[in-house]
This record gives sequence, structure tokens and C-alpha cells, in this order.
Amino acid sequence: MTIKIAVQAAPFDLGAEIAALHRDTPAVGAVASFLGTVRNEAGTVSEMCLEHYPGMTEKALAEIVQNAQTRWALHSVTVIHRIGPLAPCDPIVMVAVASAHRDAAFAACAFIMDFLKTQAPFWKQETTADGAHWVDAKDSDTGACARWAAPDL
Amino acid sequence: MKIHILYFARLRETLGTAKETLEIPAPATLALLLDTLRGRGGMWAEALAVGRNFRLARNQDLCPADTVLADGDEVAIFPPVTGG
Repeated sequence: MTIKIAVQAAPFDLGAEIAALHRDTPAVGAVASFLGTVRNEAGTVSEMCLEHYPGMTEKALAEIVQNAQTRWALHSVTVIHRIGPLAPCDPIVMVAVASAHRDAAFAACAFIMDFLKTQAPFWKQETTADGAHWVDAKDSDTGACARWAAPDL
Repeated sequence: MKIHILYFARLRETLGTAKETLEIPAPATLALLLDTLRGRGGMWAEALAVGRNFRLARNQDLCPADTVLADGDEVAIFPPVTGG
């Protein structure tokens, strides 16, 4: 399996990353992808800054991808997470998974995102007119991981 | 033994430090290290109080407080993660 993991300040090109997963690769019949962007529902966020733990971040992401690989037959996986200051609507994270059939690609993509949200050491800080605020973790993210513990999945 | 400690995000700001190296007697667990830090009082006792929501990592792996430490270990203390 080919794995690409990157933690970077620079933007990424989701289309180019997806194309790289299936170009000249006849064994691949499905690519599922997820793109996470900076939400600003209330219109109050002027900036979102991502902090991380260099070293552990890459290690945690690699472990999550390896765990996905033991559950599904995957051909290749790309995970890119941005750090530093971002603006509303900017892409933050992408996961793309290539496999022979769609079921494995869909499931592995969701699995990787669920564990990224709860295990990978990133922290968001929002800036509004009141100043900078650290974003609180959500219980629903922990719940999303629990579904993968079911033995029949 | 020497333990290198890293603090991140809100905890780094609250404690006013990103990293330090601490000399503690061996053998020791993460829980004992936390007790030592709480012993400083003030924000240390408050932010790291038992029951507060923070995570621990030893040598870049998440781990529980009863984890045994070794000389030269890198320990990180941080709030629940919020990436993605």
C-alpha cells in the first residue's frame, strides 16, 4: 500500500491528490475522499489557527492509516492536514482512499477521519472580534469512533 | 532521571511554558510526575487537578497516567484534540 501523510501550512490540491491515487493504477476501481474546511456559521470567525505536536502528529496519523489497512484492502491513502493561520472556508484537511471497490474506500475514509478527530494532536484556535479562543473538543467526535468498535463492521 | 515535558494549546498558555526538563527520582509513573507539577501550586495545581480534562503522551504515544517513565522520556500534556 502507498501511504502519503503530510502536515503543512501550504494549501493542497485535492483534485491532483485524487488523480495521483488512480492514474496508471488499473487495480484501483474506487477513490473516496473527504475535505474538511473552516466553518464560520455565525459569521464571527476572522481566522482559525491550527497548532500541532510535531513528530507525534505524523506518528499518530500513520498509526491510524495502518489500522485502516488491517481492516480493509486498500491500495493507497493520502492524508494532508494544514497548520498555522487559515481563513473561513479554507480547506483544513483531506483524506483520500483508493481501493478495488467502493465499500472499502468509503469505510476507510470515514474511519481515518473519525480517529484523526480524536487521536491526532491538533488544536484549533478561533479568532473573533472578542479575541482568540481555543475550540473545545466535542463528545460527538468520541462517539463517532466508538462505532468502529462493533465487531461486525 | 531526566524527563522532557511539552505543553500544548490552552494548557501551554495557562501554564505559561511550552517545555521544560525535570529531574525526578526513579522509579516514577506519569501520575507521580503530575503530582510533582501540581505541587508547584497556583495554575499548576488548578490546570492539572485530578478530574480536569487533559491528555498524556509518552514518547509521542497517548497513554494512561499509570504509565511508568524512563530516563530521557518525552512526556506531553495537552487538552483534548480538536483537529480535522
